[in-house]
Order: sequence, then structure tokens, then C-alpha cells
Amino acid sequence: MSVVLDVKDLVVDFKTRAGNARVLNQVSLDLREGEILGIVGESGCGKSMTALSIMGLIPNPPGRITSGSISLDGQELTSMPAAKLRAIRGNRISMIFQEPMTSLNPVFRIGDQISESVLLHQNVSKKEAWKRAVEMLELVGIPEPAVRARSYPHELSGGMRQRVMIGLALACKPKVLIADEPTTALDVTVQAQIFDLLKNLQEETGTAIILITHDMGAVAELADRVSVMYAGHVIETGSTRQILDDPRHPYTRGLISCVPHLEDNPGDERPYLEEIEGVVPPLTELGTGCAFAPRCKHVMDRCLTTNPVIGRVSQQHSVACHLLKEKELA
Amino acid sequence: MSILLVIFRRLVHAFLLILAVLVLNFLLIHIAPGDPAEVIAGEMGGATEEMLAQIRTAYGLDQPVIVQLGTYLGKALQGDLGQSFFYNAPVLELVSGRIGATILLVMTALLFAIFVGTLLGVIASHKPKGIVSGLVTLVSVIGYSAPIFWTGMMLVILFAWSIPIFPISGMYDITKGDDLWTRALDILHHLVLPALTLGIVYLAQYARLSRASMLEILGSDYIRTARAKGASEISVYGRHALRNAILPVVTIAGLQFGSVVSGAVLVETVFSWPGLGTLAFDSILARDYPTVLGILFFSSLLVIVANLLTDLVYRLVDPRIRMEG
Repeated sequence: MSVVLDVKDLVVDFKTRAGNARVLNQVSLDLREGEILGIVGESGCGKSMTALSIMGLIPNPPGRITSGSISLDGQELTSMPAAKLRAIRGNRISMIFQEPMTSLNPVFRIGDQISESVLLHQNVSKKEAWKRAVEMLELVGIPEPAVRARSYPHELSGGMRQRVMIGLALACKPKVLIADEPTTALDVTVQAQIFDLLKNLQEETGTAIILITHDMGAVAELADRVSVMYAGHVIETGSTRQILDDPRHPYTRGLISCVPHLEDNPGDERPYLEEIEGVVPPLTELGTGCAFAPRCKHVMDRCLTTNPVIGRVSQQHSVACHLLKEKELA
Repeated sequence: MSILLVIFRRLVHAFLLILAVLVLNFLLIHIAPGDPAEVIAGEMGGATEEMLAQIRTAYGLDQPVIVQLGTYLGKALQGDLGQSFFYNAPVLELVSGRIGATILLVMTALLFAIFVGTLLGVIASHKPKGIVSGLVTLVSVIGYSAPIFWTGMMLVILFAWSIPIFPISGMYDITKGDDLWTRALDILHHLVLPALTLGIVYLAQYARLSRASMLEILGSDYIRTARAKGASEISVYGRHALRNAILPVVTIAGLQFGSVVSGAVLVETVFSWPGLGTLAFDSILARDYPTVLGILFFSSLLVIVANLLTDLVYRLVDPRIRMEG
């Protein structure tokens, strides 16, 4: 499968009062045609920043892409002029956000908000764009789409609004859809519906999806491959099976063991919830060593001084950890 | 709730409010010192005690206040606001002859302030720490803190004295032709300075308000959505953000209508604009109760109508309000 979106060595800096914060450091990802790539990690690890960088939506100032490349179908996005980038946004790459309650403009009808996107990128009449908006609402499972298109966002529930957002994002049949924690703000039952919807749409339309989440269950169910991020670094990438069954990075292992399993402890005794000790360090205070070292159970001397580079475990599976070298040597 | 029901409810409220305004104004003006009979007698060149009594009887001023109030309300409800002591003409005629000029002045000033103020606010919000933004803030603070009569005089010195391009007083020039088109242009020419004077104070407020409101809205999630769609910056500012940022401006404009009308009293006096303001000024000096009451009645009516219109505009701009009562 060919690579649709290729992010290479992306570095993003934010100027803050506390100094320069490197929110993304040498981030590399590739998204292949028609697949779902999961990006997981704790809050503040750079998941959303990666998404916003790809969209060209990093607030500047204070943020800026310092180096690296993002290419869509071979077209470099980081150096593209604003007007050309606008023609790509919402058209070939689009994005849905964490907060469906506030992501739609309260003063416009939802049909207008979807057809605006169609009008921006396709040479169609207003009437055709509206028709397309109604089709999209039907596609994302909104009942009575022709009537609902005339509704305002406040007349819809959170789950319905997220469906509208998905319809909006897919209106121009993008090659890439970035879903940034699309279910975090929703009820559990609605979460499952939204994930099912994404999965079905992905199969129907062939749009490649980057699914940003901290829900390991969703990753297990939906993603073909997974990238794990920590403090602005991609620390492990592999197929979902490899990551879940054979995680190599101590942080990935920690993340996976944080998911409670009742069956591990038969009987009345409930298991303690596992946690990873400590918190993500402030990004302004990262030294030269591995960012995870202060929380790592396997910390070694060189972890504190040199940041590990990405090494291959197998064809598909790569990890940035000094332990990998140790084992290979052993 | 249907829009007609809303309007009906507002009209009932408005009626009660006007009644309350009439009673309150009537009582207030009777508490104030000064005897209209003496003023009228003074105009006639002085009078004896008998003549004063005669005047009091003629105008019903010898009756107890409560009886006077009853008579006044009864007549007011039939559309008779009494007879002016000073001008010796029906108040309704006096006021309705002047109200057009005031409405013209107030609406021009207000629309100018809203449009230009909001535009400045939007421009300033583009680069909140830039030079333009600083300039808008500076001009706003000056415009807001300067007293109206001072601004008026400065404008007169600048545009009627140093660079004499605008007339300084009156509403039109009788020496010019009186066909409709010439007269309309002449009125517009006379309107510039008073409207500017009155407008500048409010312009400053709307610029500050819309700048703050734009800055808040520009940080919201749906603006990010608009950008993610590929909308141009002009559309992001002018369509997605402004439609939301205009809401507080509409609210404040409605609330401030009353203060613009009272500001017009000063401006009309400075520029001899023949509206309610100059009439109010003259009749207060003359203790001309019926006229003062009539003006207060009409200006309250203006404010009530303006608030009703604001409500309706707000419903148009913000779909979230339409559902509620």
C-alpha cells in the first residue's frame, strides 16, 4: 500500500514565558492508503499538536514548525503558501475535533456549515452543495437529514453534533481524515456508535484515518497500526497486534497495563488500577537524555545522557529505547 | 413561541411602562421648585396676585396634584398632551414637529458608531498587539472620555473654522432651493458635524467592545473548524467570527439608545439642531411643564421602541434565542 501522508523528523517549537518548548521532536509517521493509524499517549504528549501541524493550523505565534517535512501524496505542505494550503484543508485532508459541543458555529444552520465546505472546494451551485450536505447527513446516520439540515447546532445532542462534524469533514471526500479524540466528550454508548461510524465510513470511502485517542480499547478495535507518543517524541510504532502483544518500550507497556482486566484476578478481589508513576515532564525542561527516563523502571546511565534513536524490532515494528540495543547485544 | 406573541407581550409591557413613566415624570416635575404661573406672568411683564390666581385657574394649577395627574393621564390617553404655557401651542404639535430631526440625528450617530466602531474593532482584533490595535484603543479612550460638548467644539473649530467645509448650526439653509433633492442634500451637509460629535463617544465604546468580543470568539473551537474547512481569513473574520461577535454590540446598542437620546440634548444645543433636545432645553428653562412632560413621554417611547427592535434584531442574529420566550 502506498503512503498517502508522510511526516518526517517534524520539529515544532512554542515560545512560552518559561522558555522555548519543543512540543514535537523529530516526529516521523506514515499513513498508508485506506488504513487507520492510531496515535496514543498521555495528555500533553503532542498528539493534537501533530494533528494541527499536519493541518497547518498551529497558532503562530507562539508556535512554529522549526524543521522537518509533511508531505501529502508527494506534495510538501510545510513550505506551501497559505492560499494553496487552504485549497487542501477540508478538501484532501480534513479533521474532526474533541469538542463536538463547541466545534460547530452556533449561528449557522448545520446544512449551511457543510455546504460551505463543498462550495469552498468544488465548483458547484449553492443548491447542489446543499444537496450534498443532506447526503452527508444521511451518510453519517442523522435521521430525517433534509429536515435536520435546517437545524442549528444547539438543537442537536453531542453525539449528533459529532456526526455532523464527521459529515462536514468527509463532504469533499478527503484522502486523509484526522480524528482528534473524537469521542472523549461523549457518553460511553455514543462513543461506540461514533467509532463504528468511523470504521464503516473508512471501509466505504477508503479515506485513510489518523485516530488520536487514549482509549486503548478503541485502538485495539479500529487501528491497523499504532504510534505511541511521549513528550513530543514518537517512541514506538508497529502494527496494532505487535504493539498490544509485544510492546517493547517501557512506556507502551505501562500504557497497556493501565487498562484494567477483571479476568486477571478471579474471585472477589478487584485488581488495583495500574499506573505509570510520575507525570510528563515540562517540555521546557527536557534535557539531552530520554524524556521518559525519570519515570522508567529500567533506567540506565546512558538513558539520562543520550536520547535513544529509533531502531527496528522487525519490518513493521520500531522503537526508540536503549533497552532494544541491550537485548540485541545480549 | 411565535414572534407575534412575543411582540404582543412586549407591547403590553411597553404600555404599562409608558404609563409608569408618565406618572413618575408628572410627580417629579411637581416636586421640582418653581411656579409656572409666575413664569407665565413674568413673560407677560409681571402680574398682580389676582392675575396669578387667574392664570392658575386657567391652567388648572389650583387643583390638588392628584386631580391634575388624573386629568393629565385621562387626556394623554386620548392623545392630548396639553397646551404649552410657553409656546402657547398644543404639546403634541410641538413635539411631533421636532421629533423627526432628533430621530434623524440619533439614528445617524448610532448607525455610524455601530458600523465604524465594529469595523475598527474587527481590524484591531486581527493583530491585538499591533499598531492599528493600539491606535484604536487610544482613539477609543480619548473619544470615550472627552465630554460631548468639548468634542463638538473641537470639531467645529476644525471643520467649520480652520477648514470651513461644514455648517455649524441649524438643519438647513433657507437661502438654498427648496426642492426635495437640494433640501435633502443640504440637511445631510448640516447633519455631518452633530452626528459625528454624538457618534464618536459611542463609536469608541463599540470599537472596544467588538475588539474584545472578536478576540474571545477567534479563540473558539468553531473558528478552528472554519479554518480546518479551508475558509479564507476574510471569511473567518467577516462571516464566522463577526456574526457571533456582533451579539454583545447589538445588546449594548439597544441598552444605550436612551443615553444616545439624552446625549442628543447636548449636541442639539451646541449645534442649534431643531430637535427635541433644544426644545427640552428651552422648556425646562421656561418651566413649561406640559412640554417637558410631552418630550419625556416621546423620548421614553423612542427608547421602548428601540429596545423592542433590538430584541427582534437579536432574535434574527442569534438562533439560540428564538426558542425561548
